[in-house]
Amino acid sequence: MLIWVFAETAEGEGVSTTTLELLTKAREIGDTVECFIASSDASGVAATLGEYGAAKVYAVDTGDQLPGAAAAAAIAAKASEANPDLLLFATSYDGRDVSGRLSARLDVPVITNVLDIAVEGGAVTCETAIFGATKIVRTQFADASPRIVLVRPKSFGVESAAGGSAAVETVPVPDVGTAGSTRVLERHVEALEGPKLEDADIVVSGGRGLGSAEAFGLVEQLAEVLGAATGASRAIVDAGWVPYSKQVGQTGKTVKPNVYIALGISGAMQHMVGMKGSKNIIAVNKDGEAPIHAVADIGIVGDVHKVVPQLIEALKSRG
Amino acid sequence: MNILVCVKQIPDPAGPQELNNDNTLKREGKLILDESDSYGVEIALQLRDTAGEGEVTLISMSPGEPSGLRTALAMGADKAIHVVDDTLHGADALSTAKVLAAAVQRAGDYTLVIAATESTDGYTGTVPAQLAEILGLPSVTFAKSIRVEGGKVHVDRQTEAGYDVVEADVPAVVTVTAGVVEPRYPSFKGIMAAKKKPLETLAVSDLGLDLSSWGQNIVSVEDAPSRAAGEKIEDDGEAYLKIVEFLEEQKVI
Ligand SMILES: Cc1cc2nc3c(=O)[nH]c(=O)nc-3n(C[C@H](O)[C@H](O)[C@H](O)COP(=O)(O)OP(=O)(O)OC[C@H]3O[C@@H](n4cnc5c(N)ncnc54)[C@H](O)[C@@H]3O)c2cc1C
Ligand SMILES: Nc1ncnc2c1ncn2[C@@H]1O[C@H](COP(=O)(O)O)[C@@H](O)[C@H]1O
Repeated sequence: MLIWVFAETAEGEGVSTTTLELLTKAREIGDTVECFIASSDASGVAATLGEYGAAKVYAVDTGDQLPGAAAAAAIAAKASEANPDLLLFATSYDGRDVSGRLSARLDVPVITNVLDIAVEGGAVTCETAIFGATKIVRTQFADASPRIVLVRPKSFGVESAAGGSAAVETVPVPDVGTAGSTRVLERHVEALEGPKLEDADIVVSGGRGLGSAEAFGLVEQLAEVLGAATGASRAIVDAGWVPYSKQVGQTGKTVKPNVYIALGISGAMQHMVGMKGSKNIIAVNKDGEAPIHAVADIGIVGDVHKVVPQLIEALKSRG
Repeated sequence: MNILVCVKQIPDPAGPQELNNDNTLKREGKLILDESDSYGVEIALQLRDTAGEGEVTLISMSPGEPSGLRTALAMGADKAIHVVDDTLHGADALSTAKVLAAAVQRAGDYTLVIAATESTDGYTGTVPAQLAEILGLPSVTFAKSIRVEGGKVHVDRQTEAGYDVVEADVPAVVTVTAGVVEPRYPSFKGIMAAKKKPLETLAVSDLGLDLSSWGQNIVSVEDAPSRAAGEKIEDDGEAYLKIVEFLEEQKVI
């Protein structure tokens, strides 16, 4: 099975972790793994992509366009020559745009929100979760090639294959007419403090139970003493207390830290989808019936304004 | 400025969710306007009102009564196209995009097609990109705000690191992120007026489409392994010590 992974880079940080997750899985289920990237500097990341198992990198330089239309056209053109069996994309800003357009261009379905993929005798089976991850659905493609799959971040672990640098083949930028008229005029980057939410070993998240935007300071203080990243429920993102980049859940980030600490979060299924895979869960919620207690290893039925300051003090005094 | 808004009508997500025997989602009972799409409706109304001319047309594909469309008409949209067809039962994202694209093409001149970044029940987040590709239009996803000037649309597009300012030629497809505006509540006057607004009902054959298979089959649905609950502790003033102890056991402090 020939698998293509749509590779992405994270702002200033080289290849994205999700790309490495996809490469690791692709190696396990495929015979040959190759990458497609929309970038002006594919040779700069070819070493990393090769290390994680890519034999080859097709690169299209879409410049300051949003990559969706042009990258999809370039992939479609190359796919008609190389005939990949399976194309893996991450559920990311660009991953959705490119895979959606590619699906329409090739007139093949795309299976989305995938958490696991299995290949057996040429059939590709995708696992997705529904109803707040209480049920697992397995779906197969009715037709072979190419099958397009959009995978949620954190679905797979990352392991190096200790491979050598991948060969880069530059692909011309196709003319897609007005669909290619998008231009990124300015970039605004918000400063990020502390460890990255998706990669942190400990995550402390706050919800509406904090009562006010100021009380998010409790979350930040606790995170600081633990060296943790801060996260949030959508309720307080929508309320404008914290930026969207902190949102954990179905429409936010998926996290799988060693320890997830939920403060004043009810545990709505759309939130749980994003954190249920954490190794350990600690919750502080004054309502003993809150759904978060049903998944917590330690569920404190109590007031965040009492428990959290005590906890911070205790941790600080340990030095 | 004429704006088309794709709005999904869904079973109330607060209600019990169940599957049919064929593993499709039960869409019985009253369908509501997907909250994700209420933001796009609000933005479209604001753009129309700022321009001082034009119409907001809603497009939706769903079974049953168009109760969600009525809500958006009551908010102030001018008219609606509702595609209802039993043969669309279980349709996948691409087929949905084909239906919406055909409805867009019937709707006359327009500057923007607005959709949500992702729907509440399907959340594939791919329908708008598929729609744009079928229509041959540019698309800008994850908009926080939208301005139209001099034949271009300017979008503040949310990114992983902050936001980008992106422009594209119009007509264009733009998807709106949830929570970026405060959707208005339908007024009593709006609700009364909505009853008289044009609402066209179409079948797949009216759109000249032939859709019969979705290219994928559900092979199984199983209960996910559930996570066992651990210890639940009523705070007696010392519960924080339990957390300290647990963190020590996990060797993270
Ligand atoms: C399409 C869609 C996508 C969504 N995506 C996401 C997502 O990605 N992420 C997400 O989080 N949500 C998401 N949601 C929203 C989700 O359904 C919930 O509304 C949200 O998670 C609730 O946030 P919360 O737990 O902070 O608030 P609430 O549900 O209001 O819970 C607050 C909790 O705090 C407790 N509390 C109150 N006071 C105190 C106190 N003093 N001390 C201790 N506890 C206290 C209460 O008992 C309560 O359980 C989505 C919803 C939809 C429809
Ligand atoms: N059946 C539908 N009718 C109208 N609009 C839809 C439909 N399905 C998807 N959309 C639009 O596409 C957006 C994204 O949907 P999805 O790709 O399912 O996450 C929705 O929020 C709507 O704006």
